[in-house]
Amino acid sequence: MSETLEKPAVLPALTVVGTRPIRPDGADKVTGRAAYGADFTMPGQLVGKILRSPHAHARIVSIDTSKARAVPGVKAVVTGADFPDLASEVHEGGESASNLRDLANNVIARGKALYEGHAIAAVAATRAEAADEALARIKVTYEVLPHVTDVLEAMSPSAPVLHDHLFTEGLEARPEKPSNVAKRHRLARGDVAAALQAAEVVVERRYTTQAVHQGYLEPHACVAAWGQDGRCDVWSSSQGQFMVRTYCAKILGLEIADIRVTPAEIGGGFGGKTTVYLEPLALALSRQAGHPVKMVMSREEVFRATGPTSGGVIEVKLGAARDGRITAAQVEMSFQAGAFPGSPVGAATMTSLACYDIENFLVTGWDVVTNTPKVAAYRAPGAPIAAFAVESAVDELAQTLGLDPMDIRERNAVVDGTKASYGPVYQNIGYRETLAAARESEHWKAPLGPNQGRGLAVGFWFNIGGESTAAVHIAEDGSALVVSGNPDIGGSRASMAMMAAEVLGLPIERVRPIVADTASIGYSMLTGGSRTTFATGMAVVQAAEKVVQTLRERAAKLWETTVEQVEWKGAQAVCLDPAKADKKPLTLEALAAQAGRTGGPISAQVSLNAQGAGPGFGVHICDVEVDRETGQVSVVRYTAAQDVGRAIHPSYVEGQVQGGVAQGVGWALNEAYIFDGDGRMENPGFLDYRMPVASDLPMIDAVLVEVPNPRHPFGAKGVGEVPIVPPLAAVANAVSRAIGVRMADLPLSPPAVLAALDDAAA
Amino acid sequence: MAHVVAGSECWPYTGGASEFDVDAATVRELITALDQRFPGLGDFVDRRMAFAIDGEIHQDAWFSPIGPQSQVWLIPKIGGG
Repeated sequence: MSETLEKPAVLPALTVVGTRPIRPDGADKVTGRAAYGADFTMPGQLVGKILRSPHAHARIVSIDTSKARAVPGVKAVVTGADFPDLASEVHEGGESASNLRDLANNVIARGKALYEGHAIAAVAATRAEAADEALARIKVTYEVLPHVTDVLEAMSPSAPVLHDHLFTEGLEARPEKPSNVAKRHRLARGDVAAALQAAEVVVERRYTTQAVHQGYLEPHACVAAWGQDGRCDVWSSSQGQFMVRTYCAKILGLEIADIRVTPAEIGGGFGGKTTVYLEPLALALSRQAGHPVKMVMSREEVFRATGPTSGGVIEVKLGAARDGRITAAQVEMSFQAGAFPGSPVGAATMTSLACYDIENFLVTGWDVVTNTPKVAAYRAPGAPIAAFAVESAVDELAQTLGLDPMDIRERNAVVDGTKASYGPVYQNIGYRETLAAARESEHWKAPLGPNQGRGLAVGFWFNIGGESTAAVHIAEDGSALVVSGNPDIGGSRASMAMMAAEVLGLPIERVRPIVADTASIGYSMLTGGSRTTFATGMAVVQAAEKVVQTLRERAAKLWETTVEQVEWKGAQAVCLDPAKADKKPLTLEALAAQAGRTGGPISAQVSLNAQGAGPGFGVHICDVEVDRETGQVSVVRYTAAQDVGRAIHPSYVEGQVQGGVAQGVGWALNEAYIFDGDGRMENPGFLDYRMPVASDLPMIDAVLVEVPNPRHPFGAKGVGEVPIVPPLAAVANAVSRAIGVRMADLPLSPPAVLAALDDAAA
Repeated sequence: MAHVVAGSECWPYTGGASEFDVDAATVRELITALDQRFPGLGDFVDRRMAFAIDGEIHQDAWFSPIGPQSQVWLIPKIGGG
């Protein structure tokens, strides 16, 4: 069941936007025709494979590849020595900053292996068996070093230090010694110590979460071909072909224009495909071998060597008046970054209190390197971890005060005009409307059964715009092609086509969206940050409007009148000139057929840097049932309300919401990286790394609240990030209320719940 | 004069100062003015920070207008997944 709450007074009537046409990628995906990263092949291609470190932390004393090169069929072997040494340089890769030296050293190790699974060498051979044999014959001499995987242990002065050059940023003074603490983030307002002292009620608790993987079904895969003239081609599955192009050029020292990247269909990314792992290696192997090279990760490699998101330790202290007004908040978070700096703790500090209007707070975030895979973005990076702690604390505060959990959130809610905890003043937000939608839902009013508990949690994400390019081409028969440079990870092809159809006046069936390679469309930042429907959609709308302008000009020429006398309505030009009253409307088909004679092909391309993405808020209600004999938690009902601005294709938006909830439920209940005493991951597969499947979940009710964003032509706000923010806390609050024990450590697996029940009984 | 509020990331350049008034009509002018007042800060905020102008976040947008009464918050650039 889904429902849409609209504000019709401010939403213009539209004919395509807001409807639910059949998805343009649907037939390909259900028939198996869609070509994912591993589906592409080239004549003469070789098989590329990677030798990975068996140690969590080790100095690489030497690498002898001579015996590997002698294996019949082996055409290339590369190590870190085959790549240029890059200076430490923060590069804005389109969405978030990456240090190029760290990025390159994560692709292939230089000097030290920093986590189990770190790439040490790569080979390309005519057969997979030859590549495997070559990997076995590479002799690496390691000096094994003490390792650290736990975030708090990594912060200890006695911890083994991963990087001798790492000095904590963000402190008042530069430390004298390097450490594993890369950076301190801090937000402050008012006098939190005095406010906590004066508070009538204080709740305080430590919360922990574990590293979890994005869990995309499609492993990383690519084919790379280095041409003899220096031009390179890459086919790969990623969230941004332009990101792949830029990073490959930087890591290999190439001209950006010499690399052409063609995006494959993507089998899930969720933030994890916003960086490169294989592509630079495949290009280097191809350069050496003189053949195209294909590389496909195994599931085990995906777990051991690609980015999970951080595990974290979060301490929350809230002070409040007896009426539920929160007067003070102190939050301190320590996040695993993995082997290189760059955990999402900065975003976590900014989002942690973003739903609350609090006069006094201090939020501190610590970015900490550990001997674990370098973290990568995961939907609303950092926000779910912070929300788990803060929303759990707010729930505990409500229980302490005997207040309804919805009441306490409404009492402290941000509104238009509130200064956000991260700085700016909110405008055009729909948080109160979203809270109201959740309160009005059937779910919130429904009774609970035995051994059941209900959890409420809220969440926030900024959403962004950024650089995008889109083109609209009118074909000779009057159909339209919409070209963008953003891989479709959440329905963007449908939304692009629908927005173009709305402007052109065409039925959606006559508009075909495609995602182009880097040589066929101008630059676009990658697909992520909930930016594509907002920013690239804005480019599509403007390109379609340019096309309409051209169509009006052509009609004006044919009618020998001015363009101002031509109206575009219902996919046809209508003559308004009273002196030309005999002119019948000219259809898009007619104008397209005469395009050559009236001035040439009709098309337009727009490049822009979109600003004004409106933030999103979500309010989630979760019911669980706990088996007190086994500790098994079942999610029996779930409702997620979200301010989406305006849903371009409501089914896709509901899908985004449901997908975020499903991932959040997995994060809350079962998912976790488990390391043994040597720092090796013990569960690098879906059998032991337990993700929720359809049978684990109820139907997730998505409630779309539409408070339009005035900065988008159709009112759209980003929707993909927010839905994963509240579920961790919604589930944990439900379990805590069901069993009467505050659950502060994720995941809430059966042994953990059973232990909590046993402790409570004792 | 626009009122600028700088987050903790900027404090190493400002000597801990977090609020100041700057005469600038665009983001680019603001970056230049910040660099003149606090050497190195202009380049830092240009590369690493976003500009929340009267509540709306602007990233990598030199010519976004700033009004004489605007409030500008310097916050880390926002990414996402």
